[in-house]
Amino acid sequence: MTTLTLQRQPSTAWLGTLTRSREFSVFLALVILIAVTVAANPRFLSGQSIKDLLLNSSILVILAVGQAIVIVTKNVDLSVGSVLGLTAFATGKIFIALPDLPVIAMLVIGVAIGAVLGAINGALIAVAKVPALVVTLGTLYIFRGVDFAWAQGQQINPSDLPADFLALGAGTLLGFPYLALIALAVVMAFGLYLKNLRSGREFYAVGSDVQAARLYGIRVGRKVFSAFVISGALAGLGGVIYAAKYGNLDATAGQGLELNVVAAAVVGGVAIAGGVGTVYGAALGAILLTTITSALPVLGVSPFWQRAMIGVLILASIVLDRYLALRTERRLRGHDSHAG
Amino acid sequence: MKFMSTTGSRRLAPAYIAAATGLALALSACGGTTNTSSTAGGGAASSSSAAADPNAPIKEGLKVAFLPKQLNNSYFTVTDRGGKAAVGEYKGVFSEVGPSEASASSQVSYINTLTQQGSNVIATSANDPKAICSALDEARSAGAKVVTFDSDTDPSCRDLYINQATAEGIASTQIKLISDAIGPDGGDIAILSATANATNQNAWIELMKKELQKPEYAKLKLVATAYGDDNAQKSQQEVQALLQAHPTLKGIISPTTVGIAAAAQYLSGSEYKGKVQLTGLGFPSQLKEFLKNGTMKSFALWDVEKLGYLAAYAGAALASGQITGAEGQTFKAGTLGEFKVGPNATVLLGEPTVFTAANVDKYNF
Repeated sequence: MTTLTLQRQPSTAWLGTLTRSREFSVFLALVILIAVTVAANPRFLSGQSIKDLLLNSSILVILAVGQAIVIVTKNVDLSVGSVLGLTAFATGKIFIALPDLPVIAMLVIGVAIGAVLGAINGALIAVAKVPALVVTLGTLYIFRGVDFAWAQGQQINPSDLPADFLALGAGTLLGFPYLALIALAVVMAFGLYLKNLRSGREFYAVGSDVQAARLYGIRVGRKVFSAFVISGALAGLGGVIYAAKYGNLDATAGQGLELNVVAAAVVGGVAIAGGVGTVYGAALGAILLTTITSALPVLGVSPFWQRAMIGVLILASIVLDRYLALRTERRLRGHDSHAG
Repeated sequence: MKFMSTTGSRRLAPAYIAAATGLALALSACGGTTNTSSTAGGGAASSSSAAADPNAPIKEGLKVAFLPKQLNNSYFTVTDRGGKAAVGEYKGVFSEVGPSEASASSQVSYINTLTQQGSNVIATSANDPKAICSALDEARSAGAKVVTFDSDTDPSCRDLYINQATAEGIASTQIKLISDAIGPDGGDIAILSATANATNQNAWIELMKKELQKPEYAKLKLVATAYGDDNAQKSQQEVQALLQAHPTLKGIISPTTVGIAAAAQYLSGSEYKGKVQLTGLGFPSQLKEFLKNGTMKSFALWDVEKLGYLAAYAGAALASGQITGAEGQTFKAGTLGEFKVGPNATVLLGEPTVFTAANVDKYNF
């Protein structure tokens, strides 16, 4: 289809597909938000500020990618905040025990811990056939509880962590923060996987129509299981990055983060009903939510109203998205019904 | 909204119920465990109207419960460590309970549980000055003595408040530290607080504003107060916004341990390091790094461990009838010596300690 359209009218068709996508409306909301904030305070687009925005959103972006894959299969993972917290604390503990561990090894260990925790979720859901909402609500408390019991109120301080590990949190490569580059790599890798590989497309099949997917021969249980392993592994990666970025850690790291992650995916156009959405959208949603939190104080919104404003902006971005979708639908019905 | 993944949901109903029950059990087990299994001292003192007897011995087996704003907050881990040490010294039964989130009403159910368990002393730091009042009143009518520390409730709902340092002392110390750090030319400063409703934070902020009116601080101008909600990421974003909204900012005061650590972490990795000064209230262990790498010059805090220690002794003195909370009464707090009850039933721990690169290694909290 796309190739056909491309052959007929290359440039405008490409533009049309782009502006009709859900990702575009999220991107538009982000641009509007940044434009308004910059109009109020030009320093919002200074070099340091852009670096801050990238750093602030990188953890949420990574987690939103995992969440998007889970939501696409018509499930939800509420345990990601706890997985992040547990992995972050484990990172601190491991570095206290092994100060000479290379940073790259720590990243691998974090991903592995997260994958194991994700596998627990996945096994309970796919094998025991308990709804994901209940299972991950349970493991949200269990993983956090394990974290609390392990930490016993202890604190990991920046002086406990190796200097080159902390440098990962604030350092840059050619002006781009490491964390943003890691987040970008995660988004690109999973974006390409979900779009182009057969096993990636199968996530959408499971989320769109379980029966059809099963008849087609897709092992639904295994697919859901792997979605949770991916989500857990990325939350584990997020935990290691959290430790590098903040240095100061206790067992409450990432508490309440799960709702931001789900919100990021939903704002980014990943339908909670399953089968629809991309990790690019989820990543944009994460950047949008983080930018909202950063922009409100710059705009001078009273601290007492900031939370309510975040909710309003979440709803506004969804309304904008819905409006653009309806308009597109009308246009498609009006003329040009064979395009797109 | 359906999050269930597969078919056959109707047949599985019993399994859901079982899972939900199991979950509920798991949750309640996570939520409110107390370790007070001992029954010693069940009949310990309760009569609040009785006159104080300064020579009464501390009763053995007092059930002393610490209820911090939030468990797993390193500040309260240290206060409660001090409390546990004191309770051990006078052979009481120590327990620590608390919510995992520092929200206004989250402490109420814990107070109710402690009341039912017949606690003799509840030492608490209030998330909200009013929200826990009626629960505390119930606890007191059931015979418990209520000591608040760190963050007070309305004075009518507790027997004694342990003040870590006078609010005036805290405010003037921080203003002096930021003034010294910025230098004689002065400039714009901002405050990074915890939540917008925190009792002690707001009291300090008011007093800092008053302190700034003194002639020696005429060149310091407070331009903004931001709230980081004691969350690392939010605190960093608030600092970033302060720096963008006020390009001339010379210094930040953060009178909260989470806020100051997050701000220091951000400043040390940004272009503002060493150019924008930072001070406030923080833990030596968290901030040593930043004193040594030049992000900060100094910060302050009282001896947190002694605060919990004193609260535990004050509770025991109340429960044993040594004091009733009236002004002028005295009691002995273990190794800290004698303390006097001040106006409004408050006891003062002392003056805040200032930490610099020179002395920070001596402290272990």
